[in-house]
Amino acid sequence: MSALLLFISAVIIEKTALILILFAITLGIAAYSTYGERKVAAFIQDRLGPDRAGPFGILQPLADGFKMFTKEDFIPKDSNRWLFILGPGAFIFVALMTSAVIPWGTYFTGFGLNVDLQVTDVNIGILYIMGFVSLGVYGIMIGGWASNNKYSLYGAIRASSQMISYELAMGISLISVIMITGTLSLRGIAEGQSGLWWGFIPQWNVLLQPLGFLIFFVCALAETNRAPFDLPECETELVGGYHTEYSAMKLGSYLFAEYINMFISSAVISTVYFGGYNFPGVNPDWLWGLMGPVVIFAKTFFFIFVFMWIRWTLPRFRYDQLMHLGWKSLIPLSILNMLLTGAGVLWFGR
Amino acid sequence: MSQYIFLTLALISIATALLMVFSKNPIHSVLYLIVTFFTIAGQYVLLNAQFLAVVHIIVYAGAIMVLFLFVLMLLNLNNATEPQKSNTWKVAGAIASGALLLTLVGALKGSTQLTASETANAQVGLVENLGRVLFTDFVVPFEIAGILFLAAMVGAVMVGKRDLKM
Repeated sequence: MSALLLFISAVIIEKTALILILFAITLGIAAYSTYGERKVAAFIQDRLGPDRAGPFGILQPLADGFKMFTKEDFIPKDSNRWLFILGPGAFIFVALMTSAVIPWGTYFTGFGLNVDLQVTDVNIGILYIMGFVSLGVYGIMIGGWASNNKYSLYGAIRASSQMISYELAMGISLISVIMITGTLSLRGIAEGQSGLWWGFIPQWNVLLQPLGFLIFFVCALAETNRAPFDLPECETELVGGYHTEYSAMKLGSYLFAEYINMFISSAVISTVYFGGYNFPGVNPDWLWGLMGPVVIFAKTFFFIFVFMWIRWTLPRFRYDQLMHLGWKSLIPLSILNMLLTGAGVLWFGR
Repeated sequence: MSQYIFLTLALISIATALLMVFSKNPIHSVLYLIVTFFTIAGQYVLLNAQFLAVVHIIVYAGAIMVLFLFVLMLLNLNNATEPQKSNTWKVAGAIASGALLLTLVGALKGSTQLTASETANAQVGLVENLGRVLFTDFVVPFEIAGILFLAAMVGAVMVGKRDLKM
């Protein structure tokens, strides 16, 4: 009995430590993504970007965070007070929950420990992610409605219809991946991509699913409300979109959650399509098992950079163009991709 | 341990279900119902049916309740504009739901039927086993459900069309 209790408490301590580390890393990356975004924007537009706070402006996120926390936190008189507070809280909560099922590496084996580098390996990992993606709309809808402002409501309605529309194509493109990997667990999907074809081509799902990856990536842009699909906060039409009435750290939570979503969706793209913690010639068990996290974080940062690159390159879509792209191009294409994958699996095996 | 989790979840689901019925603001009702769905998903996880739990969240909390919230926000119903329903409807509702309650109590009265789930295979809710069962033993009902969904989709598209050209 005491041995069992010891085991349970060891598991709880291990998982709590892992969750806290992951939480800190997520918040740190989200904070420095704001700095990265401004630097990338500056580079693309041939400017300098933030360079005042610390060397190269490296302390800018801390200054921004301090500003957000110390500004006046205003709640409009005719808003629905509790839902106004619940909105940003729900949004950032949902954004943070998704990282639980992503495998960041194999095992950490150092200092007499053997720690699984994943918070939990549920056998339905991909569905868990889809579940939280589908819950992401609530924070925006509740916040936009509770503000009691027509621009907020328009922004919220745009955001939720956009997210519902692109969820479908995203789910169908993931079905094709599930068909070729035969598992719903993200750990299983990452392990399945560890080998090499003919000794030098990595067995990444993107090579089997190029169309599926493209659809998934476009949907990820739309789900995170990033440009060119940032219509919910289109300032030329809607003032500030769903967060028009928000100020101080409540606004900060909305903006921060967008960067968390960007980080998590980059990590999901790396895991599902780009081999996760595997890289040809690199054993994820090196450096006490920390080579896996190094590889997946490198891939994740690359995709965060691509997100920013797209934002500062492409102009915003019009709303009807967005809906046409989602319903009339991406969904038929993803169904076609699913049928082709099914035929391929039938003829060639997995 | 799992018994305490079950009791907590059950209490929360009953409380939020009652709050859903009794709250005056329809938006609050929808949010309470979402909490109820989450606690029910928690019960599925306790029964080792993770697939069912996640699908429950995706379908009910992630899709259906979003549409409810959508419609309510567009209509902007609140306490002031809630229409007064006549007493006839209240009596009819009480009779109908009372009959349903009676049926459910009658069906579940003997507790002997409930022991069957204890002896069932604990792995039955996992996605591999569920998929195998759906595509072998229950393939006909599964296909019929698929056809029903297809018909509903076609119907929804037809209803959504602005001008029907027959």
